[in-house]
Amino acid sequence: MTEQTETASRTPLMILAWLWVGLPFAYGVYELLLKLSQLFSG
Amino acid sequence: MPEDGQKLISHTSGGFLSRSRTIAPPTWSRWLVPPAALSVHLSIGQAYSWSVFKPPLEKALDLSGTQSALPFQLGIVMLGLSAAFGGPLVERNGPRWAMFVSMVCFASGFLISALGVATSQYWLVVLGYGFVGGIGLGIGYISPVSTLMKWFPDRPGMATGIAIMGFGGGALIASPWSTQMLGSFGTGTGGIAETFLVHGLVYAVFMSLGVLLVRVPADGWLPKGFDPAKSAAKALVTTANVSARNAIRTPQFWFLWVVLCFNVTAGIGILEKAAPMIQDFFANTATPISVSAAAGFVALLSLANMTGRIVWSSTSDLIGRKNMYRVYLGVGAVLYLIISLWGDSHTVVFILCALGVLSFYGGGFATVPAYLKDLFGTFQVGAIHGRLLTAWSVAGVLGPLIVNAIADSQKAAGKTGPDLYTTSLYIMIGLLVIGFLSNEMIRPVKDKYHEPPLVTVDEPGTLATPQGGS
Repeated sequence: MTEQTETASRTPLMILAWLWVGLPFAYGVYELLLKLSQLFSG
Repeated sequence: MPEDGQKLISHTSGGFLSRSRTIAPPTWSRWLVPPAALSVHLSIGQAYSWSVFKPPLEKALDLSGTQSALPFQLGIVMLGLSAAFGGPLVERNGPRWAMFVSMVCFASGFLISALGVATSQYWLVVLGYGFVGGIGLGIGYISPVSTLMKWFPDRPGMATGIAIMGFGGGALIASPWSTQMLGSFGTGTGGIAETFLVHGLVYAVFMSLGVLLVRVPADGWLPKGFDPAKSAAKALVTTANVSARNAIRTPQFWFLWVVLCFNVTAGIGILEKAAPMIQDFFANTATPISVSAAAGFVALLSLANMTGRIVWSSTSDLIGRKNMYRVYLGVGAVLYLIISLWGDSHTVVFILCALGVLSFYGGGFATVPAYLKDLFGTFQVGAIHGRLLTAWSVAGVLGPLIVNAIADSQKAAGKTGPDLYTTSLYIMIGLLVIGFLSNEMIRPVKDKYHEPPLVTVDEPGTLATPQGGS
């Protein structure tokens, strides 16, 4: 396998790895923003 | 045998967790390393949401507030101790070993706690979450630091900023998640035990990504277009290496210790009392702050704390570490002064200044590994970072102590509103000024502390000269 193909073959791993940490993080930020809205509505 | 003055490092092959098994192939992308670090930091950051478990535990096991805080307090003490004393082990055995140990300890802590609650043996919760889990916190916190800086020598501030931002983000995830789980399973002993059990299992799976994914760059690897000599031309940046043992003998380490300690103390001063503070400041005005608005303010501070970690730490790659700390400490002191003089004039003034202070607090945490790397090199930067974190432990006691003790004494003296905090705000300004001066004292580390050139032995009889040792 050439170097380029090997790098390209890591793309799915890259997407999976960032989604793995990104999705829970996005959930945490979403929950934070919900709480934050109380500052302006309270 | 290596020549005189050179140090021998042996990269012997070992098991799956060994450093030699984590050396990246040439095609490995360095952008796979931050998610590995984040999987650990987003998990262990859960520690800051321990308060979610306090009321249910107090009710189910008939505990006082002080008792229910014990697992968290012991956890933070163990974080400091294991980061300080486990650093050399982490450097020797590599990031995969460290992440594995962190995963096992952190997840086991929850499982032991589940057993403790299920059998109404509270000491098991303290032992599990506090002692065993706390070791996971400390080893996990420092596990990716030196690896990230080796992968990102061109942007060390940004790289460690991502990981340390994850530690802030961990509580954001865990707090609503744990609350929802307690809502589903119930807040009796059975429900809490089940919640702990699920936490332990899920965190074990989540952290395993880091264990599997983390890689160290091959000796001599550098990112394309990066010239270490160019980078070393910047003030305070060294290409030499200092061991953890020698680092603590240098004045630079202790100046930086003071910088971190006082920057954190100043941030915790606001963070600790944020909700009552904003309510007290505007209690006697036309715009009093409600309880729910105060909760929103606390959330906003968390966001500033987290954002500051990545934004300011990345900025430090551009303007230099010393200048960045000048901003944290100098501008931080000015913001505190504005709060103490005009904080009650308008909510916007108070909120903006508090946001600045908290973003500098987060930034101070995230930028310090890169500052250490600039001063001491990458050789044992994880271990040095671990020892520096003792400043965090001291600040964790000092900050709340100052603010609470002064607010209590002022209340006893019949004062109300912003007057409860004026003295502590001035003390914080004084601490930030001392921190600022301490930062000014930091100069390049003297040559006598530098390690001799390194020599790596991959196979018996072959010698090579790498750029770093851990």
